[in-house]
Amino acid sequence: MSRDAIFGAIQRGLRRGPLPADQTLGLYARLNAHPRHLVPQRSNLPHPQQIELFLRNLEKEFATFTSVASNDDVPCAVADYIASQNLPADIIIAPHPELRAIPWFNRPLLQLREGRAEASDLVSVQHGYVGIAETGTLMLPAAPHRPTTLNLLCDTEIVVLRASRVVGPFEDAWDILRREREGMVYGNFLPRNVMFVTGPSRSADIESTLELGAHGPRRLHVVLIDDTTAG
Amino acid sequence: MLATSSDFKGNAKRALKNAPLQDSMRGTRALFPAKRAAAVAGLPEFEQLRDIGRDIKNHTLANLDFYLETWERNVLNAGGHVHWASTAEDARKAVLDICKRVGARTVTKGKSMISEELAINDHLEAHGITPVETDLGEYILQIRNEPPSHIIAPATHLSRADWEESFRKIHTDLPADRVFAERKDIMTEARTLLREKFLAADVGITGANFLIAETGSSVIVTNEGNGDLTQTLPRVHIVLASIEKVVPTLEDATNMLRLLARSATGQDMSVYTTFSTGARRPGDLDGPEEYHVVVVDNGRSAMIGSEFQDMLRCIRCAACMNHCPVYQIVGGQSYGWVYPGPMGSVLTPMLIGVDQAGQLPNASTFCGKCESVCPVKIPLPKLMRHWREREFERHLQPIAARTNLAVWAWVAQRPSLYRFATRAAAKALALLGRSKGSLSYVPLAGGWTAGRDLPVPEGDTFFARYAKQQRGEA
Repeated sequence: MSRDAIFGAIQRGLRRGPLPADQTLGLYARLNAHPRHLVPQRSNLPHPQQIELFLRNLEKEFATFTSVASNDDVPCAVADYIASQNLPADIIIAPHPELRAIPWFNRPLLQLREGRAEASDLVSVQHGYVGIAETGTLMLPAAPHRPTTLNLLCDTEIVVLRASRVVGPFEDAWDILRREREGMVYGNFLPRNVMFVTGPSRSADIESTLELGAHGPRRLHVVLIDDTTAG
Repeated sequence: MLATSSDFKGNAKRALKNAPLQDSMRGTRALFPAKRAAAVAGLPEFEQLRDIGRDIKNHTLANLDFYLETWERNVLNAGGHVHWASTAEDARKAVLDICKRVGARTVTKGKSMISEELAINDHLEAHGITPVETDLGEYILQIRNEPPSHIIAPATHLSRADWEESFRKIHTDLPADRVFAERKDIMTEARTLLREKFLAADVGITGANFLIAETGSSVIVTNEGNGDLTQTLPRVHIVLASIEKVVPTLEDATNMLRLLARSATGQDMSVYTTFSTGARRPGDLDGPEEYHVVVVDNGRSAMIGSEFQDMLRCIRCAACMNHCPVYQIVGGQSYGWVYPGPMGSVLTPMLIGVDQAGQLPNASTFCGKCESVCPVKIPLPKLMRHWREREFERHLQPIAARTNLAVWAWVAQRPSLYRFATRAAAKALALLGRSKGSLSYVPLAGGWTAGRDLPVPEGDTFFARYAKQQRGEA
């Protein structure tokens, strides 16, 4: 049995048998507390500046963005972006309640289809879970209303994100995920996958020279809804 | 993959005479260090994060049995499957059994060094299953039937002309007179062709940068998105991971990720960092129906408790080779197996035997650059020195090397003789080279002086000067 052989060899190397109970309890305590390590100061800012840092880092990583004042402005922002890039108006969109609440009918030329992406889909609209200012990263956990293929198969991915969901460091993003999925069975609180996306796909495999658009989306565009100001 | 590490000297000699390779190496050797330096400069806490990274890995290794068991339990909770493999053969069998059971015909693959170590591709092909490498660099190496020359940029030794030539030769369905005006055109052709492979594959195989004990997750990091397409589209996802990849929590992984991309490519984050936990959940519209992890030992557990345990901290960022003056000249393929550069010079003798790979830990000037950039502070020169000791103990060096060492040791243990001999040598060299101030040939060191001149000693030996200084005469 490989399993027994491996654990036997590890314990022989560590010069001990199975861990004593008190030490095991200590390790469980560490797992349950999952303590933070040193968190870089760069995103330790008031929220408005965190949003600025997030947008600055998005651009640093070759993504683009449009800031809008409310849900009502999203269809226009998406339509304008698509037109500016000469993209088709056929869109595969995540079946997320927040995206359904957007008045898409204001832009009847946008052809929306809900579901997972297929090979022929060119433009996706994804629901942004959290934005991480530290590195300009989007956190996109898989869910029935947030299919993973929308992040991968289309030439262009548009992510609709609420500004209130922009955080500073990665640790804050994990905290939100842990909190909002509380009550899940221990060990299973993570969804099937959690994707962290930082800019559009790229490769430097040919002569160590960076080129955008390797296998994933060639363009990544964020529509940021300002839901942080009162009213 | 047949190792040629035992002929490192011959490989290196050929690499030095390989003009196209030297052109490629010259063009790229400064790039990685400059990018890393810029990324590190942008994060003032980087040095502290390195200490924390080292400590996280040490803590995990000291409790590796506990964290692997916890991780396994959480994979099973999430509906995944775990296959333990002591040897490379066990791992190959586990992968093949899964592929056969689901009737796989083609398998897409994300870049994975452990897959190279296990030679999974050859094994699948021998059993009628077609593996398709999807990382751009690995894809062209598969076409050219070459081993990788770098652990994160596997085709870094190839030029644009090599890519064009290989693509024209293998993509025969496309017009022969098509033009590759830019690098992007090469990439677009690969993107288009590989997209079909992603959609058709029955199984996707990826590696893992980390396993998370707390959640039972595996983590991959890519820039291209090929790893995510590989693990999302096929019906079955197989992860290949070695036992030392586990870290306790998401917060621990976060610290390691802050080190990884900066040390590797000089990015703050790679484009896609994905935590996978089990198979498709109820209601999910996509994702694999089966999630398997093959956990591989293949010689690693023997490093625990040995003088090589520190090597198990390695997160495969490639900073050590990017900064190594030997690697930068001879290239990765000279090392003759899967892992090149300083980390390979420590790991390869462990995995294929010091009798096979004894030349690798000798291929170092011990300049210490590798240790100084290692994100988890592995004392690579010290570990290479341990291998040299083992090689000496096992009488594996050539007779001449052993005899010279024995003579030197005999002299060095007799201080007055040693001082006399070194003083005589210093005087003789000074006399010989007094006209030029340097020597272009030194007896018994012709290989050394073939590439550079030896500056002649200016007077006394170090000992004599030190003694003088102690007496307050200097």
